[in-house]
Amino acid sequence: MTSPSTPIVEIRNLFKSYLRSSQRVPVLEDITLDVADGEFLALMGPSGSGKSTLLNLIAGIDHPDSGLLRVGGVEVSALSEGELAAWRAAHVGFIFQFYNLIPVLTAFENVELPLLLTPLSRKERHEHVALALRLVSLEDRMDHRPGQLSGGQQQRVAIARALITDPTILVADEPTGDLDRESAEEVLGLMDRLNREFGKTVIMVTHDPRAAEKARVIRHLEKGLLNHVPA
Amino acid sequence: MIPLYYSLRNLWTRRLTTALTVVGMALVVFVFAATLMLVEGLQQTLVDTGSPENMVLIRKGSETEVQSGIDRDAAAILASQPEVAIGGDGQPLFARESVVLINLAKRGSDEEANVIIRGIGPASLALRPQVRLVEGRMPRPGAAEIVAGASIARRFRGAALGESVRFGMRDWQVVGVFDAGATGFSSEIWGDVDQLMQAFRRPVYSSVVFRLRDPGAFAGYKERIETDPRLTVVAKREIQFYADQSAAMGTFLRILGTTLTLIFSVGAVIGAMITMYAAVAGRITEIGILRSLGFGRGSILLAFVAESLLLGLLGGLAGLFFASFMQLITISTMNWQTFAELAFGFSLTFGIALKCLAFALVMGLSGGLLPALRAARMNLVEALRAA
Ligand SMILES: Nc1ncnc2c1ncn2[C@@H]1O[C@H](COP(=O)(O)OP(=O)(O)OP(=O)(O)O)[C@@H](O)[C@H]1O
Ligand SMILES: [Mg+2]
Repeated sequence: MTSPSTPIVEIRNLFKSYLRSSQRVPVLEDITLDVADGEFLALMGPSGSGKSTLLNLIAGIDHPDSGLLRVGGVEVSALSEGELAAWRAAHVGFIFQFYNLIPVLTAFENVELPLLLTPLSRKERHEHVALALRLVSLEDRMDHRPGQLSGGQQQRVAIARALITDPTILVADEPTGDLDRESAEEVLGLMDRLNREFGKTVIMVTHDPRAAEKARVIRHLEKGLLNHVPA
Repeated sequence: MIPLYYSLRNLWTRRLTTALTVVGMALVVFVFAATLMLVEGLQQTLVDTGSPENMVLIRKGSETEVQSGIDRDAAAILASQPEVAIGGDGQPLFARESVVLINLAKRGSDEEANVIIRGIGPASLALRPQVRLVEGRMPRPGAAEIVAGASIARRFRGAALGESVRFGMRDWQVVGVFDAGATGFSSEIWGDVDQLMQAFRRPVYSSVVFRLRDPGAFAGYKERIETDPRLTVVAKREIQFYADQSAAMGTFLRILGTTLTLIFSVGAVIGAMITMYAAVAGRITEIGILRSLGFGRGSILLAFVAESLLLGLLGGLAGLFFASFMQLITISTMNWQTFAELAFGFSLTFGIALKCLAFALVMGLSGGLLPALRAARMNLVEALRAA
């Protein structure tokens, strides 16, 4: 385990640009950021400022152009595509704005999905999934398809799916962006609980100041540059 | 590995397109299966017509009994060979036979077709254990009497028991009907060989048939008889004799069926490809999600390939299901080698079913591989941004 003094996410001089019609567009410029183990970080900033891009880099979905990116002691930017997939499966839990559950699978099967990449037995998987669904108070909905659930319920299933592998970090890209106030509160409450009770490190991108309030640290991205704002 | 039920549920979710694609594939498999079943049925019929221990001798250079001629002296020499088996009644199991084609009118229409009239000897019936008299009795030697194969009795005017048929300027009384199962004999009419040769003014027999005393003596017998300067005959096992008669028709059916199948299968494969491309296009975000959860490109490829293989499998099963009903149908057609009517059925074997399923899976794979590759190649970041 990493000692409390070493940050779980270490970012040094990170650059990222995209090629758009043969023109290189810089998105992130010289980002340096530490996220401590057990932190709840909110990333805010205007649309197009690169929040999702940064989150994707931390989650091992995208590759930086240059700079250092270390998560849980692993130099993510140096992993090959295949290694990254395995690393994501073991260390990252994703929560997306549009829940992004697989529509043809039941709540239970959606939550079980990441466990299919682990050597767990069928019985163990079932126990884990039942536990996770109980945590998000949806044990009575496990045979429902996403289409039969409300937005808030779907997002809670997504949270259960994100934490089922007991990942190193939870990344959430506008997890309340598509929810009504009440559901948003529920989802935020859950994330808060995961952070406080279970010590999960959460990195959350959000536009919503109310959501950011739950976080213990808020960072603002502005045109690819980070500004520090203590929570 | 992405579970198989993921692929299955997706097919079920878009069941209308799935059904249409499956119907397309089923049609192709049906044509393919029907062709194989027909060729199989033809071969079974003609091969079952022969018995392994029987020998058929016809004139050298002729392929069928109709073209052949064996004169009385030659027949006498052949009858006295030591290889001829002796029957339970102490008589040699040896038959001199004559075969002619006549035109008969079908029941309920003016259509006519060629029918084989076989002149038989006393041993002919014993030589064909697959032939069973089901009605009436056998013709008496010296009488203008005939027995008809079940298929002929049913389909030709005057050929049923108690009726009479006119040919060779005589009326022939049908005194019996025989069943020869799915063999060529079911499409024949039998009568006393001497009566028939008289009626048709034929001086020579068409063929002789006999049972080998020792089946292992075949090669030596064939060698000796075919080089005997007094004779101009070829000797074949009866099985081989009839199998040879089905060869050309079997080849024709196979070429026709394969051509049709290939043409149709192009359509079905394109249909499957369109369906699968649409499925991939509609699930871009989903592919991104699966990848972000840690499923590799290989898993994505497999999931979509599995989906199209399932399409193929469903098409194959549906096609086979409908093709299996073809077994209820009997086809009667002209056998070009004998120019006579021959009735045979579609025969579904385990081997044919396997071939059809394999073919259906290949169609599914051909339709699904490119779309699955597109799904697997997708850029993860872009796929997630597609939401
Ligand atoms: N794959 C890509 N190809 C090209 N350009 C991209 C790509 N991903 C992001 N961009 C661009 O990078 C910039 C930052 O995008 P990003 O999605 O990170 O912004 P964001 O802060 O998450 O915005 P929003 O609040 O609208 O979600 C945008 O201008 C976007 O168009
Ligand atoms: Mg964004």
